[in-house]
Amino acid sequence: MKYLALAVLAGTLAFGVARAQDNARTGPTAPELQEGKAIYAHWCAPCHAAVPSLAGTSSLAIKYQGTDIPAALEDRTDLSAPVIGVFVRNGVAWMPPFRPTEISDGQLAALSAYLTAPLEDRGAHAELLAEEMVRKAAEARAQAGGDQ
Amino acid sequence: MSVLPPDIDSASFAAFLEELRGAVGADWVWSGDADMFPYRDSFSPVWNTAEERHASAAVAPEDVEQVSAVVKIARKHRVPLYPISTGKNFGYGGPSPNVNGSVVLDLKRMNRVIEVNTDRNYCLVEPGVSYFDLQRAVDATGNKVMLDCPDPGWGSPIGNSLERGVGYTMPHFRDHFGAHCGMEVVLPDGEIMRTGMGALPGSETWQEYPYGFGPDPAGLFAQGNFGVVTKMGFRLMPMPEYYRTGLITVPRRRDFIKLVNHVNFLSDSGLIGEVEYGSPLSALMGNPDFFVLATKTGGPSDAEMDAAASAAGLPSFQVELQFFGPQKATLENWNYAKDRILSDIPGAAAVDGDHFTLPASEDQLNNTTQPWQTSIKRRRSLGVPSLGAWKIVRDDGHVGFFPVLPRTGEAVFEVQRVLGDAMKEFPTLPPFFNALTMPLFWHTHTFQMVFAPSIKHDDPQHNAITHASMKKCVAVAAEHGWGDYRAAPIYQDDVSNTYSFNNHILRRFHEQLKDAIDPDGIIAPGRGGIWPRRFRA
Repeated sequence: MKYLALAVLAGTLAFGVARAQDNARTGPTAPELQEGKAIYAHWCAPCHAAVPSLAGTSSLAIKYQGTDIPAALEDRTDLSAPVIGVFVRNGVAWMPPFRPTEISDGQLAALSAYLTAPLEDRGAHAELLAEEMVRKAAEARAQAGGDQ
Repeated sequence: MSVLPPDIDSASFAAFLEELRGAVGADWVWSGDADMFPYRDSFSPVWNTAEERHASAAVAPEDVEQVSAVVKIARKHRVPLYPISTGKNFGYGGPSPNVNGSVVLDLKRMNRVIEVNTDRNYCLVEPGVSYFDLQRAVDATGNKVMLDCPDPGWGSPIGNSLERGVGYTMPHFRDHFGAHCGMEVVLPDGEIMRTGMGALPGSETWQEYPYGFGPDPAGLFAQGNFGVVTKMGFRLMPMPEYYRTGLITVPRRRDFIKLVNHVNFLSDSGLIGEVEYGSPLSALMGNPDFFVLATKTGGPSDAEMDAAASAAGLPSFQVELQFFGPQKATLENWNYAKDRILSDIPGAAAVDGDHFTLPASEDQLNNTTQPWQTSIKRRRSLGVPSLGAWKIVRDDGHVGFFPVLPRTGEAVFEVQRVLGDAMKEFPTLPPFFNALTMPLFWHTHTFQMVFAPSIKHDDPQHNAITHASMKKCVAVAAEHGWGDYRAAPIYQDDVSNTYSFNNHILRRFHEQLKDAIDPDGIIAPGRGGIWPRRFRA
């Protein structure tokens, strides 16, 4: 264990971020879920998106190993608004609590609505910031007539 | 655990909160255990002990006029405020104050990116803006500039720079306070001040010349308690055309000394970005005999380490270099670095690494094609905010001690030995300092090394070891001239005490200033080890 801890501290682990290919979802998001999806993309996805190497997703993969509960929050169908509220406002382990100045009570309700809606209504997974950045850079290059 | 501000009863506190509600609206003032839970430091090693610092309330203004109003109300009631930007200063106290009963001044609602200028390469932001927010604003410009962000992207450029946080691109952008240019501050009497060219009405150069005329007080607001920063400008790097990486290895332990000097030259000449030092011998730490050697009291000899490296067929040390600029320039700079180092250190070797046009593609950000086991976190190296590095956190969090060290191989070896021996008093901790512990080249001109023991919310004994080891590490390091650069409120007095030249004249000078402008300690009393007269009594 000492070696493992040391290796981590020395930063020798590569944090490759690659989307899990087997659970990609497509389709539009129901209009009434758009706000909650945006809250999820901003506050939750950086740790909990369907990317196995992310801190939150990898921790939940260990927690739910051997069950059929998915590691990515966006794929969960067993969450309820009270449970989401408890974790958002109290945190767990090294996930800190989130304050109303970050996620207001209204936004928390919208987030809960998104994460408890039928999967088919949620549409495609929320875009990660890096994905958004790469897409926008490519769009800018295309608009400028440059290479892709 | 409900607490009251110092020297105030519950009726007066209620009247104070009512005045705050009048200033910012009833929805933006909180008190009581449940509402204040998210303002505790969830990485605290004194969690649930008498030493934990608790705020009594929180108030969240939406603009600078409301900040000024809140400060004036606090001054009237003599209630200490503790300003936070996004409160993500984990490992250094999070959102928790120095003084029990302080009221957190939560600036998260002030989240406007006021300007991103891609012709003159700067931005102007409010405290609640996160690196994620700023990147999205940069995206809207067509990615013409590259951010320099810390590991977790949810933090605030203002908060991070005021803590003298760091990033991972080119040297003069990595020092986030050093890269700032112009600030707006609400002083302890509620007056609104602008520094540098911001003081000149009609000036259009606030983010281009930081000094203005006369003394520049901007440094007082970093790790200090002389005002509430409500706007800040930052210099931005134009998006480089190209990115290139290369690896240099050196065979013997003593070769590290020359390697560091060469890298210093390359960095100070503006030829390279952040580097990652490492030791391929880390792969041997799972071998019990080698582990004992690398952690032995007094440190191993060079001959012992060289013999182990030779037996394993591994180089002793390596450095990963990163180049930014025009494609041809990055290639020439890499060739120059190779020639310079390989011609001076017998047995040194070089490996060409990934290189590509910027901005990077998603595959390139994923960093999976380097021909060696890389320590480079590609996102942060390219200024892309993420929470990828959050994965290094163990247990329920950690606290951090990062001593500032001379940028020499000899100093690195000395720290390995001195702090390695000192921390043997705490055998349950991982061996943070051993014969392979490498320096971090984050700040522009200095080395640091990391001590970051973990905390557990439900294990006070574990936390007590962490707490005691932090205090010992600060003390032993200071005996050797290695000072901490940033600390949680519970350690700020310990660290401040080590900067003691001429009978603590630096702290006494700060106290004189504090007494002059904030004798009642309205702004973060105790922060940076600076206590106003009221609290020194």
